[in-house]
Amino acid sequence: MRGRALPYLLVAPAVIFLTVLFFVPLVQTIALAFQTTNGTGFGNFARMADDLNFHDAVVNTFRFVGLAVPLQLAAAMGMAMMLRHLGRGRDTVLWIWTIPLGLSDLAAGLIWLAMLNDRGYLASLLFHLGLVSEPQSWLTYESPMALFIAVVIAEFWRATAIVVVILVAGLQLVPKEYAEAASVFGASPWRIFTRITLPLMKPSIQSALILRTVLAFEAFAVVIAIGGRNFPVLVSEAYNWQNFNQEPAVAAAYAVVVMVLSLVATVVWLRVLRTPEEQRA
Amino acid sequence: MTGRRALYFAGVVAICAWVLVPMWLLAANALGGQPVIAAWPKPWLPLSISFATLAEFLAIEGVFRAMLIGFEVAVLCTLFSVALGLPAGYALARYSFRGANAFRLMVLLTRAFPVGILALPLTVGFIRLGLYDTPLGIALMHTALALPFAVLVSASLFQAIPRELEEAAWVFGCSPLQAAWRVVMPLALPGVSAVAIFAFVISWNEVFAASVLSARNRTLTAYLLAMLSESPLSYQFAGGLLLIAPSVLFIFLVRRHLFAMWGIASR
Repeated sequence: MRGRALPYLLVAPAVIFLTVLFFVPLVQTIALAFQTTNGTGFGNFARMADDLNFHDAVVNTFRFVGLAVPLQLAAAMGMAMMLRHLGRGRDTVLWIWTIPLGLSDLAAGLIWLAMLNDRGYLASLLFHLGLVSEPQSWLTYESPMALFIAVVIAEFWRATAIVVVILVAGLQLVPKEYAEAASVFGASPWRIFTRITLPLMKPSIQSALILRTVLAFEAFAVVIAIGGRNFPVLVSEAYNWQNFNQEPAVAAAYAVVVMVLSLVATVVWLRVLRTPEEQRA
Repeated sequence: MTGRRALYFAGVVAICAWVLVPMWLLAANALGGQPVIAAWPKPWLPLSISFATLAEFLAIEGVFRAMLIGFEVAVLCTLFSVALGLPAGYALARYSFRGANAFRLMVLLTRAFPVGILALPLTVGFIRLGLYDTPLGIALMHTALALPFAVLVSASLFQAIPRELEEAAWVFGCSPLQAAWRVVMPLALPGVSAVAIFAFVISWNEVFAASVLSARNRTLTAYLLAMLSESPLSYQFAGGLLLIAPSVLFIFLVRRHLFAMWGIASR
């Protein structure tokens, strides 16, 4: 009754689709990046590296990922632990806390542009507190630090939600008995958290970090919404080379850099946060 | 103890405010239009609300069209993701077959890559195939983003439905296909609709691939990104509001499935 071919027939469309629209473009991107007018080589990478914005883009991307992702993890951890003590109204609070995960980084950028522009709400708040007297123009090329902070805030505001969801889902899998036992033996809440809860949540922390790091390397609309072209990151440069300079090969070189970084980050998280078989909850 | 309790609730409320207030203020800016945006200092309660700016923004040539295209792309992406993802998920859940693990690995591998960026080399091929600058072309690229998610989540959905129900249907003379359709599908439907909504939101929000693969037929995200540098703040905020409204609604619809889904999809 059950043909042996049936599972293959069911899987085949997805396999074909991913081959054509994931693996083929993956190879094409790499090929395009190494293709130059005189054969193959690192010509496009050289052009990429010679560009004025390249250095800034690399530095900005690393600062951005390096600050936003740990902040998100720490905040999400705190939020996940807070949710455990919530009785009535937990569903509503959860919904509110997770709304931002449905928003695009472009929307988050526009939201924080409204908050932080020269006549925005932060400037107004500072005025009402008597700290400033006129509109503040922060988000310009003259104050890269303010731009950087604004972009991190926007991304932190938006993408912490998805980490909360992953961690809460992981927390549900952790048996309560361990913590209860530790509490009986007199362990403090902090000790229970660091010695029991945290290690048991390693798999979810790992998947949250992989997801967030890859997506943070990819963020670019938030950067453009807040900083225009004054805060270059790797993907916004890829976009500029493709759309404005009409140089797909250099854009592809940027794409390869981003892919390599994403892959390296994934491997690092897989190794650093590996859970041995016998420790799985 | 009551002091700590109060502090705790204050924290919960503060985080709710941290999420909601910025969205509210964007809406206030978008609906208040130029007078609100130019106001200095801003009033504490931004209450002047009119739909004039939003209407004005919608009347700009191309905005409404961009919304429709964005919607069309997202619907196509949803259809493709469900149509391709459900059967594959069903196979992973119900059959043990050679290559199942390889397939799982292939699906997981897509997560280690920034998939949207892969749109870059597709432009050439898409132009040749007549897919460049069409909703279908963008939807195909977006499906590459949403499909891995659809496969993994539907696999776990089907796993949670007891095999015995299906076997009973076979005993009563249903073919495997009939059993899957009549017995399993109704049970999986709420989860499937959540998968569909997620595919929709992924596509609706995607910026990079949509921008790279379109020139005149832009989705709302691509349209907004292209006009950011040359349009006044009031239009940017109006666009932002249009962008977030459907997403907030959809997340509300799937809120119950969020955790089951992500718990599974991220394992």
